[in-house]
Amino acid sequence: MEVVLEQIINGLTIGSFYALIALGYSMVYGVLKLINFAHGDFFTLGSYLGYTVLVFGSAFLTSHCGLWGGIIVAMAIAAICLALVGITVERLAYRPIYPAGRLPAVVSALGASIFLQNAIMVIWGPRYQAYPASLIPNIHIQMGALHITLLQIVILVFSFLLMGILYYIIQKTLFGSAIRASALDRDTASLMGINFNKVIFFIFTLGPALGAITGVMVGMYYRQISFTMGWNYGLKAFTATILGGIGNLPGAMFGGLILGLLEMFGGAYISAAWKDVFVFLILILVLIFRPNGLFGEKLAEKV
Amino acid sequence: MEDTGGSKLNSFFSPQQGTLFAVLGIFIIYPFAANNYYTDVAFFFGIYALLGLSLNIVLGEVGLFDLGHAGFYAIGAYITAILNTKLGIPILVLLPVSAIAAALFAYLVCSPIIHLRGDYLCIVTIGMGEIVRLSLINNPFDLTGGPNGVFGIDFPSLGNFFVIDSSIEYYFFIWIVVGFSILALIRLQNSRIGRAWNCIREDEVAANANGINVRNYKLLAFVLGAAMAGIAGNIYASKLMCVSPESFSFMESCLMFCIVLIGGMGSIPGVLIGAAVISLFPEIFRPFAMYRMLIFGTVMILMMMFRPGGVWPRRRGGADIKSVLNTWRKNG
Repeated sequence: MEVVLEQIINGLTIGSFYALIALGYSMVYGVLKLINFAHGDFFTLGSYLGYTVLVFGSAFLTSHCGLWGGIIVAMAIAAICLALVGITVERLAYRPIYPAGRLPAVVSALGASIFLQNAIMVIWGPRYQAYPASLIPNIHIQMGALHITLLQIVILVFSFLLMGILYYIIQKTLFGSAIRASALDRDTASLMGINFNKVIFFIFTLGPALGAITGVMVGMYYRQISFTMGWNYGLKAFTATILGGIGNLPGAMFGGLILGLLEMFGGAYISAAWKDVFVFLILILVLIFRPNGLFGEKLAEKV
Repeated sequence: MEDTGGSKLNSFFSPQQGTLFAVLGIFIIYPFAANNYYTDVAFFFGIYALLGLSLNIVLGEVGLFDLGHAGFYAIGAYITAILNTKLGIPILVLLPVSAIAAALFAYLVCSPIIHLRGDYLCIVTIGMGEIVRLSLINNPFDLTGGPNGVFGIDFPSLGNFFVIDSSIEYYFFIWIVVGFSILALIRLQNSRIGRAWNCIREDEVAANANGINVRNYKLLAFVLGAAMAGIAGNIYASKLMCVSPESFSFMESCLMFCIVLIGGMGSIPGVLIGAAVISLFPEIFRPFAMYRMLIFGTVMILMMMFRPGGVWPRRRGGADIKSVLNTWRKNG
């Protein structure tokens, strides 16, 4: 029983990483119908920026803000920088290409992804970087046979908090309904007085910022980051987006959590080496029987 | 083309044929003028051209997003590697075998998912490619050699007197295969099948309403594309003499995708240009060492900014909609 509970907590932790990254994919896809391949690299860049802040500001941060304060400062700096990077990439690489249609934008996104990934390699070097162990709280909690770390619980609570905030913004505020309206029908939304450029600005600051915060959390959780990890996480998060129904934000969150759980249980009870195969097989099976994802609505075809 | 001044040559050849012969001439002379290294660069240009042509069937002709094409390529390469090293079957015999194996794999995998649309199909093909790559890493039945791959693959040969083992021979081998593929694909483009494919790409519902069996034509595209990728895998495996899973990553599928889109969807000369960009670019910018992929990413963005339809877009044969509209306007 305790083992199952432990697996559920581990799965939810990984799943919340996927969910937070998936939100960035899903927002951009919903509004622009663009698979933003660079999003995985936003996440990596955030992780590296958090690493730099923690390494170079460690003495200052721990003396002024405490252990948790230092981490929050690192996350905040990474998030702000990535919001700027996100909006810059959108201006330079995506905006000039929107009129040309969807496929050129996909190539441009791949180009931006290759650019960012190699920029990270040039700046930080091709080797793995390790988050400083002294700056990460390492408190273990033992409840009977249940064994988890404090960090895990904090990550879980914090991610659910972020997801909750985003859910509230998207579903309950006026700005959220502007985003949802633009996702449904861009032209009609513009006619209703919605400033489409503001919507794009919003999704390209919020998505990368969420990705950056996730990057710092992943760095703390696994301690080790590499410049290519964006591909892997991006692919998984995109899978989660599709699993939940593309463009559907609550769907993307659930998709990420389900993916994390599947990966954990597949790894624990079937085979650790085959867990990713298992994840992709489930994805294909889901799409065979529910072609619009688990929570996707059936859209009438426009002729 | 300097010889336009009423020379004898001009009466025999049209300018297009002249260009064609000039390009052919350069292709034949090139490996004798270049050293082994640059001949190998041209060989990999050929491999990418073949892969681009194979993906062009699926993505360019039918408009299906396939980001897992490296999976078919991997099947071809590994079938060749395993059958050659374990059973000693000659590489040239395995050429059609790997094509058929990749095609069969495509048929089995794509049959249940072919009804998916756009991005859903895209993610499923990504998943399929990843499943192939991860399976190769996990070394099922001790066949694929895990992350190290399979070593010691033979040269293609017919008996003892005809062996392809030098850079120049490989160069001609791949480009002859590419040449025949291009001829076949041009014939295919202008056939009933090619027109049905393009019709599906432009409007699937209209194609269906006109009696085109959309499902079967889409499957046919996947099967043919996979077979060509399998052939590319066979030649690649024998050239490198070893195969390993990292050669068939998601990145490789993305590069193939870019080849088709940089060149222009459905355009065969475009695919060749796209393959040249993808394969030659990292070589040309080798002096810039670690900055070259940065430049590469930037070039991809700039190309899409200035030529969103590709460098050499496909010209539509017959009546296109604009000219039809113009005639209508003139008449009434």
